Amino acid sequence: MTNEATILNSTPDQLKAARQARYSPGQSAHQFSLYLYPLLALALLLLVNLLLDPQFFSLQWQEGRLYGPLIDIVNRSAPVALLAIGMSLVIATGGIDLSVGAVMAICGAVCANLLVLGDWSIPAVIGLAVLTGLGCGLVNGLMVSYLGIQPIVATLVLMVAGRGVAQLLNQGQIVTFQNPDFAALGSGSFLGLPVPVWLVLLALLIMQLLLKRTALGLFIEAVGCNAKASRYLGIDDRGIKLTVYLLAGGCAALAGIIATADIQGSDANNAGLWLELDAILAVVIGGAALTGGRFSLPRAVIGVLIIQALSTTIVVSGLPSKFNLLIKALVILLVLLLQSELFRHQLKTLLSFNKLRGGKA
Amino acid sequence: MSRTYLPLWITFALVLLMFGAGASQFDGFASLRVVTNLISDNAFLLVTALGMTLVILSGGIDLSVGSVIALSGVAAALLIGPYQWHPLLAFALILPCAALFGAGMGALIQYYQLQPFIVTLAGMFLARGVATLLSEESVAIEHPFYDAVAEFGLELPDGGWLGATSLLTIALVLLMLVLTHYSRFGSYVYALGGNSQSAQLMGVPVARTTILLYASSSMLAAMAGIIFSFYTYSGYALSAVGVELDAIAAVVIGGTLLTGGSGFIIGTVLGVLLMGLIQTYINFDGSLSSWWSKIVIGGLLFFFIALQKLLSKQWQSKAGGKA
Repeated sequence: MTNEATILNSTPDQLKAARQARYSPGQSAHQFSLYLYPLLALALLLLVNLLLDPQFFSLQWQEGRLYGPLIDIVNRSAPVALLAIGMSLVIATGGIDLSVGAVMAICGAVCANLLVLGDWSIPAVIGLAVLTGLGCGLVNGLMVSYLGIQPIVATLVLMVAGRGVAQLLNQGQIVTFQNPDFAALGSGSFLGLPVPVWLVLLALLIMQLLLKRTALGLFIEAVGCNAKASRYLGIDDRGIKLTVYLLAGGCAALAGIIATADIQGSDANNAGLWLELDAILAVVIGGAALTGGRFSLPRAVIGVLIIQALSTTIVVSGLPSKFNLLIKALVILLVLLLQSELFRHQLKTLLSFNKLRGGKA
Repeated sequence: MSRTYLPLWITFALVLLMFGAGASQFDGFASLRVVTNLISDNAFLLVTALGMTLVILSGGIDLSVGSVIALSGVAAALLIGPYQWHPLLAFALILPCAALFGAGMGALIQYYQLQPFIVTLAGMFLARGVATLLSEESVAIEHPFYDAVAEFGLELPDGGWLGATSLLTIALVLLMLVLTHYSRFGSYVYALGGNSQSAQLMGVPVARTTILLYASSSMLAAMAGIIFSFYTYSGYALSAVGVELDAIAAVVIGGTLLTGGSGFIIGTVLGVLLMGLIQTYINFDGSLSSWWSKIVIGGLLFFFIALQKLLSKQWQSKAGGKA
């Protein structure tokens, strides 16, 4: 019964997309059109910025690194980009992870407290923070895959409790530390680019290799399209689900490390607050369906860049920052509607109707 | 005692246990004053959670309620303050507008087949955005009507005091109880949550019900915003952040299934009371830090979800055995 329901629920489009993504001979053309709209949106936003501020594309070389509005956008996107990479995988299996913001706060608190204690080397601190993130992911993954709890609720538990745990670690204080080496992870630069950008690129590269060079990507898509059917095919759907939540936890830990290093302290109340929503949005803007199956990491990162560029556009355009949320909401609604088949159909009829009238006149 | 009611009884037992623990440890805990304070302090959360129960029963979710609370508070404060409207007139404008906002989200979900999660997420940004646009600062409310309402109430023995907003909240609970469990609309909502395809085939007006129920959730959230404004005498665009999560937690702790189709209004009331009692206990204790309430609520959430899972599995295996 439930099996039938899932088959009924996955739209032909979804199945088609999942098939075409790998097996269709027209793969490259299809891939191209999938990338076209997000990239066009990003280009359009950057163009608007250029019109508003002619200096927008200018880059300066100072003290061994590049500075400029573009670098700024990329740098500020880093934490959400990392979250979005993990979130993409989770959403691809038909799940969602609301806890990543809280996991960021926990891992940040772990880093800050270890650094305050002293006598911990930087790699050990990073390692422990990532382990903490993986542990959080393990909790989420076990609840979703082996207890069969709905992803929204399972991760809601850690979202609510996680911030409490982070506050407990910090004893309700904002823990600050003095460690230039660790701070470099957030504000330093390497080969001219900020370190967080390199971390994102590294995470993206490793994940893409993992997804494309092993069968993991295929399995994730299969589980997302139909978990039961994939189990009959011999895919360990529970193991796959556990893996994606683990990876999301690891990505959240990296994002937490960057955020903590950037402000040289851990604020359990505000670190990563509501970033899970930005990450989900970025994944959706990147064209992934919340029902699972179709996904792409680079497109999710483009989604993050679009969100960040949008906030920058609002600032550059001189509109007060209070318009920020409103414009963001309207853009999301537009993107959502454009993804709906019915709306696209209505839009097409409307456009052709106008053409018809134009022709008659 | 059927299995359907078991989560309800467990929540009820936990409420009694929590109250008993408080009463045995602290003087003055076991008083009507504490109980009535519990209601008035959590009135806005309770009203929000009522609407959330309806949405979750239908198998959906509404993330926008916290922002709607803030928006209606700011709108009320502005209309009453700078625009010199009578509060009742302001409420008469705000509540239908909120219903329209919810209906819009419901229509997007229904007609464009978009996910409730992402639509109400956009609604959350939209309402919060409009609220910030209206005023970035907190707007104070000063009006004779607010003073009159603050003075109105039922004096109970033992230091108890049921203010006007508490009475309104109790009335809303009763109204929602009837609407959910004894009206046609209520059974439509349950049918939708059970299986929307079967509901459609049985002749449930799916579109109308979906739109109506998101409209009522937003309207109840706006009502909660008004109640909140009586509590704080102000409207602030950044207030009530994260209330949607508290409301969802209360609904789940109250035994409502997040997949929809099973749950009770009274469970939500118990869920809110339990969360409020934890906070009251921590306040009375004084040495426990506030973060413990978050951790305890997270633990409770997990406990109830695991329990539901266990019960539904048992039920399934029993049904399978019969067939």
